[in-house]
Amino acid sequence: MKIALKVNGEQHSLEIADENTPLLWIVRDLLNLKGTKFGCGKAACGACTLHVDGEAVRSCSYAVKFADGKKVTTIEGLRNEEAPHPVQQAWLEHVVPQCGYCQPGFMMATAALISKNQEPTDEDIDNNIINICRCATYYRMRKAIHRAAELERDRLSLSTKNIENGEE
Amino acid sequence: MAKNKMSRRKFLVRGGLGTIGVLAVGTYLFRNPIRRQIAGALNTADTPYMGDTSTPIIWFEITEENKVILHSPKVEMGQGTFTGLAQMAAEELEIDMSQIKVVHAQSISGNMDSFATGGSTSISALWVPLRELAATMREMLLQKAAEKMGVEKSTLTISNGQVSSGRTEMSYAQIAEGVEAWEVPDTPKLKPVSEMKWVGKPVPRVDLADKVFGAPIFGVDATLPNMLYGSVVRSSKIGAVYKGADISKAENMPGVVKIVQEDDFVGVVAKSFTEAENAKNAIEVIWETTKNWQTEDIRSMLEVGQGTPFVIQKAGDVDDFFGEGSLIEASYWSPIGAHAQIEPNGALAHVEKDMATIYMSTQVVKISRDEIAKRLGMDKDQVNLAPTFLGGGFGRRLHTPNGIQAAVLSKAVGRPVKCFFSRKEEFQNDTFRPPTHHVLKAKLDNEGSIEAFEHNVSSGDVAFGSPMVPGIAEPILGADLGAWRGGMVQYGAIPNYQAISWRVQLPFATSWWRSLGLLANTFAIESFMDELAVKARKNPADFRLTHTQKDDRGERLANVIKKVVEVSGYKDEVVNNRAMGFAASTDANTPCAQVVEVSIENNEIKVHKVTCAMDPGLVVNPDQVKAQCEGAIIMGMSASLYEKMEVEDGALTPTIYGPYQMAMMKHAPKEIDIILLQGADSPGAVGEPPLGPIGAAIANAVFRLTGQRIRRMPLQDHLQV
Repeated sequence: MKIALKVNGEQHSLEIADENTPLLWIVRDLLNLKGTKFGCGKAACGACTLHVDGEAVRSCSYAVKFADGKKVTTIEGLRNEEAPHPVQQAWLEHVVPQCGYCQPGFMMATAALISKNQEPTDEDIDNNIINICRCATYYRMRKAIHRAAELERDRLSLSTKNIENGEE
Repeated sequence: MAKNKMSRRKFLVRGGLGTIGVLAVGTYLFRNPIRRQIAGALNTADTPYMGDTSTPIIWFEITEENKVILHSPKVEMGQGTFTGLAQMAAEELEIDMSQIKVVHAQSISGNMDSFATGGSTSISALWVPLRELAATMREMLLQKAAEKMGVEKSTLTISNGQVSSGRTEMSYAQIAEGVEAWEVPDTPKLKPVSEMKWVGKPVPRVDLADKVFGAPIFGVDATLPNMLYGSVVRSSKIGAVYKGADISKAENMPGVVKIVQEDDFVGVVAKSFTEAENAKNAIEVIWETTKNWQTEDIRSMLEVGQGTPFVIQKAGDVDDFFGEGSLIEASYWSPIGAHAQIEPNGALAHVEKDMATIYMSTQVVKISRDEIAKRLGMDKDQVNLAPTFLGGGFGRRLHTPNGIQAAVLSKAVGRPVKCFFSRKEEFQNDTFRPPTHHVLKAKLDNEGSIEAFEHNVSSGDVAFGSPMVPGIAEPILGADLGAWRGGMVQYGAIPNYQAISWRVQLPFATSWWRSLGLLANTFAIESFMDELAVKARKNPADFRLTHTQKDDRGERLANVIKKVVEVSGYKDEVVNNRAMGFAASTDANTPCAQVVEVSIENNEIKVHKVTCAMDPGLVVNPDQVKAQCEGAIIMGMSASLYEKMEVEDGALTPTIYGPYQMAMMKHAPKEIDIILLQGADSPGAVGEPPLGPIGAAIANAVFRLTGQRIRRMPLQDHLQV
């Protein structure tokens, strides 16, 4: 089966023998983007979280056929050329990672959350960020999520101002 | 003045290859590993570094850009060791933090730790040797600079890796360029702590950007051209012995390159991970099993009195007191725990005729290399073990048969092969934290002070049976030092006390799990201390303080207890449906005291706030020490409140996250306050000690809140609602 994927802005046309292959392995082993991690293979830990058309998806349990014709964003494509994504900026400021293995999944889940909700409460965070971190960096992560939301609000208000000033 | 004059024959220099190498890639003659007693290594803060510190040449490399690459024999598994080591080295090298990069030393360089990365020992063990190596390197560079500039060495000054003599200036890179032989001087005098620029500062982790931007740094990320994927069949049953396999179905599955049958295992090599997994699942293996083990079998084996006892600590004579009446006695239990690190175990192996290269996450670089060389029938120097960043360690990567299996598969197909465990295999083939049973006895005098105290801990093996502790060492050590870690009585003012470790050999593998016996032993001892404080009608913190001895160890413990009480505002009463719980432990000479604030909401134990006072001695990086405390506290909470493995019909279960319940974002306390006291002038243990008190502190708070004394972990399972 031929699959068309736009991954981190780049168009790919892939010939895939088994259309039920999880998207995770296409991204990791065919496209060689190793930032998206394998943790459990059963959508139970969230280490493999990436975005399909802006939605957070656990790619270890998401057949590649469902991504056909869609936009995929991985941790490697989260930032733009000029600057880290607000989530990455917040993660740097709060020095969140320890072993770091689960962190791309958490950052992708957080990026999806703050794209919809720029003022997440602690309860919103508890309900939406349901990945597993064995180093248990949750305490800093919560602070970083609030900070990422704040940076996102700043970014949005800045771009609104730019539009008002006719710069956009 | 003996000088270590090294001739150019003794090492190679990579001059003119882009890197101005002072790091040799050949073989070294300066190998003189220091071997010291393993028990001492694990249980005191005086843990020696057990590797080659005879020359800085295998530790440091200087690049054209005038950066220093530190080749670390300790692996980075999240504990922040790379950052601490970089700070220590930069200090003596007189360079900026932006000028140092840390990588894992590959085994072929000869820079290997003969022990392991574990036991909260990396920073403390390298505190002196690494700074001496860095200072020696600096002096070597100064000597060469003096020769090249034609001036006296004593006239030179250094700033950020630039050496200057009046008007002339040379970078380390320029000094190192073209040098073919170095003279190793006597070890220079080290900078006093008061003059240090980086040590004691909260510099950001050196691996921060890689981890935030998704760099391919972990074992499972390693790739090589022409690489295939491997998968090995593993039994789901305890004690199963491999007796052969029917591979006829699997052989013809899509993508299969080869089925490899060995005497002890069968594996698949295929073109992709999913094809390898599918083919593996089509292999029918004949397993020989002995018994259909159940949780109840394990429990009855484990009862104190069943195993082999060994007295690990004794003061005065408890027997004089336990004969009489009014003895207080209680029994505590802890379950089997899984490591549950998120990166599965695996390896990428490339075995060629005269050389094998293995990329993997391991905590025992040397043992992994030696095992692989042995299995392949190759010389040790023909196997290069290239450690990667670990997606969690926690003790899981102290046993590494996965490296051997990848190597065997690679050899069979003559191509690089990458293998890793499925999550089910991770859970069923873990080397678990052993379950424990504790029996505690005490007698109080008329004033409510402890006259006699006894702790019995019965545990499966931790250190015994592991590749790091050879069988011949067991009779010398007497008791399993991993199992009894945290099991000694830390209140030396009690006149009569003893601790007894009971060894039980369980039918499945149990081993090192972050903090070893500390989690369970502290849960039992500090819950029991709370019971005694209640019986004596004393404030639990004051009760502890009356039993700390008047020496350095006792004073440091008393100081963290006083500090945590002061900062948390500890009250022995329920306020607004919340109660506080207190506990303290001393692990590897690092005392730690914690106070938790707990409520019960919808029948669930909820931890709102944790205050933690710890004295790990000199703190190299306060931000990372705090990060270790935060992580250890929540990991300890997770293990104490939720986690447990069961044995059902001969198999360990559950085999997936979720059913194996762990702390998640919603469970994490919203407030964690860490106070670091620095009661010693050199660094001590950090990564494990703060796991000690948390379980007992929560249980003690639950008692104040509900009147229930929960004597079994996981606590949430045993809360009566």
